[in-house]
Amino acid sequence: MARFKKEKSGEVPAISTSSMPDIIFMLLFFFMVTTTMREVTLKVRTRAPEATEVQKLEKKALVSFIYIGPPLQERLYGTESRIQLNDSFRTVADIPEFIYMEREARVEADRPFLTTSLKVDLEAKMGIVTDVKQELRKVGAFKINYSTRKKQEKPKN
Amino acid sequence: MARKVPEINAGSMADIAFLLLIFFLVTTTMDVDSGIVRRLPPMPEDAPPPDVKERNIFNVLVNKNDRLFINKGWGDIRTLRADTKEFLSNPQNREDLPEKKLETIPFLGEHPVSKGIISLKNDRGTSYDMYIQVQNELTAAVNELRDELSRQKFGKPFSELEDQDLVNAIQKAIPMSISEAEPEDIGGTK
Repeated sequence: MARFKKEKSGEVPAISTSSMPDIIFMLLFFFMVTTTMREVTLKVRTRAPEATEVQKLEKKALVSFIYIGPPLQERLYGTESRIQLNDSFRTVADIPEFIYMEREARVEADRPFLTTSLKVDLEAKMGIVTDVKQELRKVGAFKINYSTRKKQEKPKN
Repeated sequence: MARKVPEINAGSMADIAFLLLIFFLVTTTMDVDSGIVRRLPPMPEDAPPPDVKERNIFNVLVNKNDRLFINKGWGDIRTLRADTKEFLSNPQNREDLPEKKLETIPFLGEHPVSKGIISLKNDRGTSYDMYIQVQNELTAAVNELRDELSRQKFGKPFSELEDQDLVNAIQKAIPMSISEAEPEDIGGTK
């Protein structure tokens, strides 16, 4: 019997950490694939309203964003909703130029598929949104997308 | 006799990978962009808008206090979806609801297509939240009708149809006809 017993050493063998980099790399790749680069610094608050009939925005590269909402720095800019294009506050009159720039930045074959995503705060009034939509119609950017959050539909009783 | 090359210490590899990971965590966002997709109409030409019979129009008005006005009476957001569905499908072929036109659609054969148009009008003072709720209910009504037709004809919900031809057929049978009226300033922005 005693011959089958192994000699027990008191020390616990060290856990090999050589696969640690692999695990971390896996995490890294996961995050690289599932996320997108942050492009602009938001200066307005955009809490998206909730809706049930939402569709996913496909092809992120073909989407240009227009942010509308009350400024984050209320003391500096007041509480009236403002339009933010790229990194600065703009007015409705700047939208055609913005759309032209967005088109210029894309390959010609992709231009007809350009979508404008309106990220509007739920407290904003429709007046400013309507103005923006009119400008978009004028320059022929017809494909728009009202950014909303997905709401779980409540079961009906 | 080849000399033994000393092994490179890979112990700090994990630290480097961690650094990269943290960099990506900080600079990226996780949120999936989703929303309600719409197509804006082109700018109106000088030509007058086409005449549409009154029974074919479903008027939805939202005023500056976010109250709904449907056709000729106060409306409620909770019944908007059912009202829209009834308007678009007109199951009893009532006189005051829209006409239907028989059209030949591939995969469906002769199918009555409703001539109804939903006209959505909002005020400059309407809140964006309310506007999206209304848009959502209208979209939901159309989607539910498409779902019902798809289940009846092809045996599965519209969202699970894989063949693009079938999707097109359903879309043609139940068009998403939401027209947004030219903006008007009735109630003021305040």
